[in-house]
Amino acid sequence: MSRNVIGWLQAAPLAAVLGCFLAAPIVMIVIVSFWGATEYSIYPAFQFDNYEFLFGSAVTYKVFLATFKYAAITWALTLTIGFTVAYFLAFHVRSLQTQIALFLLCTIPFWTSNIIRMISWIPFLGRNGIANQTLIDWGLIDEPLEWLLYSDFSVILAFVHLYTLFMVVPIFNTMMRIDKNLLEAARDAGASGWQTVWHVVLPLTKPGIMIGTIFVVTLVMGDFITVRFMSGSQRANVGRLISNDIGLLQYPSAAATAVVLLLTVLMVIGILLRFVNIRKEL
Amino acid sequence: MAKPRIGYSRRTLLKGGAAAVAATTLPAPMIWAQDIKDVTLRQFGTGVSNLNEVAQKVKEELGFTLEMTALDSDSVTQRAATQPDSFDIADIEYWICKKVWPTGNLQAMDTSKIANYDKIVGIFKSGKLTPESVIAQGTAPHTVGFVDGPDGTSFAESETGWMTLIPTIYNADTLGIRPDLIGRPISNWSELLNPEFKGKASILDISSIGIMDMAMVVESMGEYTYPDKGNMTKEEIDLTIGIFTEAKKAGQFRAFWKTFDESVNLMASGEVVIQSMWSPAITAVKSRGIPCVYQPLEEGYRSWGGGIGLSKSLDGIALDAAYEYINWYLSGWVGGFLMRQGYYSAVPETSKEFMTADEWGYWFEGKPAEGDITNPFGDVLASAGDTRDGGSFYERMGSVACWNAVMDENQYMVRKWNEFIAA
Repeated sequence: MSRNVIGWLQAAPLAAVLGCFLAAPIVMIVIVSFWGATEYSIYPAFQFDNYEFLFGSAVTYKVFLATFKYAAITWALTLTIGFTVAYFLAFHVRSLQTQIALFLLCTIPFWTSNIIRMISWIPFLGRNGIANQTLIDWGLIDEPLEWLLYSDFSVILAFVHLYTLFMVVPIFNTMMRIDKNLLEAARDAGASGWQTVWHVVLPLTKPGIMIGTIFVVTLVMGDFITVRFMSGSQRANVGRLISNDIGLLQYPSAAATAVVLLLTVLMVIGILLRFVNIRKEL
Repeated sequence: MAKPRIGYSRRTLLKGGAAAVAATTLPAPMIWAQDIKDVTLRQFGTGVSNLNEVAQKVKEELGFTLEMTALDSDSVTQRAATQPDSFDIADIEYWICKKVWPTGNLQAMDTSKIANYDKIVGIFKSGKLTPESVIAQGTAPHTVGFVDGPDGTSFAESETGWMTLIPTIYNADTLGIRPDLIGRPISNWSELLNPEFKGKASILDISSIGIMDMAMVVESMGEYTYPDKGNMTKEEIDLTIGIFTEAKKAGQFRAFWKTFDESVNLMASGEVVIQSMWSPAITAVKSRGIPCVYQPLEEGYRSWGGGIGLSKSLDGIALDAAYEYINWYLSGWVGGFLMRQGYYSAVPETSKEFMTADEWGYWFEGKPAEGDITNPFGDVLASAGDTRDGGSFYERMGSVACWNAVMDENQYMVRKWNEFIAA
């Protein structure tokens, strides 16, 4: 056998797995997005009804905008928190043991399910919840704050809580690989602490930031359950449109929305990757 | 069913095989005969009647195993329509039946095998509670309750002897309120959109039910009178959902709920003071010691009914077991169990034997309780002197204004509903 054939054979298992479990489902979704649906069944067709309805509805644009808004705000907050935590872990904590211990500490919340971590906010933030009661007891407010729960605030709070770790890990990882001599060199050259962070650490952690960004943005843009629970169904993102459609047996319409969402997310990631070449770092 | 069967379904064969293996490996007598005790029936439905207590009682009294799965209404519809092999018994509502029956996943039931058929309440047969009753708008159970024959695909006008669903449970729904937080009488559906309750109202996010609540509110507000709430035109759907979208944007709603538990939590925590609600949810709030009233309203009730449907693939001994289960279901124990939570049984007279005279008087006849009224789980729901919200069975089921419905324009409505939720 020639080397060429062996090469193909070696690649075949992975290609088959990706083909079956990644490419084929996406192709199916694209195909179904052109199908028609009755109340209880779907039938093969090639029609643009689903897309027409999707692009013809003002709600779609609003919902896509809301999805971007959630992604952008969550991204900014998780980046700030994630960068700070990672910086602390990587540069301030000196002993490796403490570093590992603190890092594990960060992962403890992940021992419970995503949904439980999210739902536990509800009694805390409610009208008669702990947060409001405490603020009233302290005399800071007279009336309970309504916007604490079932609002954009609670949705973003939950997102930040759920996804910050996805930012911490890759940033911490790249920071650990920064040559400490570079920091000393910056200091010798007269840079202040902030200047070092801004001109040395930040540029060198860009690939980590980018990986974290991709995690957070895709997770937030594809989410539906957080938005449903934390907004009490009062807010919507694209994921919720899709899940509503599925619940109402409108699979083709859900598929069409999914295709548009997929393309949007791919475009966002495409744009992000123009800024940083993460391959160099992997 | 196209596939010919020779008396053994795959499941019974598997069971038999497992029994044979067990018999050969364990020092036990060999049993080859198919026994009803080996049957396992898989039932799924909404949380209201999928109770583990029922499954336990079935095991005790009938000997076979009943596996219960509780899902929300949309998931139930989806499963009944798309995964016929995943269940043996579908515990669904009548409007779901209207959607699912045409898929051919369910089989009609021979009423001659149903012992208490004659005692089933008129609502499910002729559509009339009493001979003088007017039939309410919407998908009334009797309109989708019968088909022409065992393989009938279209619904029959009157009793044919072949039932789509055996009615099990039904009720008249209205708005639930927190009297302690509202502090004044509520007597109209329009109060749901009263700006007084801004940020403290809720409606359920299940389109087929929610749209009917909306219609009740719109009519009560005097905005529009529907020729048939249960079958709206596109313009009527736009109008109805339009009014609610405006209210939503103005911040009228605190949240929407989709499951029973969510509605209980919203009410119990005081997030919401007025909302669409189901009777046992009220009971659940009350049993936590929080005042909650299932407020009868001038315009009447929105009613719903559920029943048991059999999967097309049930046959042989499993089908016999299913009939036995249905007969047992109507024989009273379950009815009593459900009525003590505030639902109604399809055959109230058999349930009477499983309730105390006081319970029967309170739940069914609308009489003041003589002592503590407890639900089957032991929570005290009412004490001496209390009467049921809305009164007796005939008062409540007699003032039904509409049934949960599936409309001709259902698909349009669903899309508009989706927009309302996303708006």
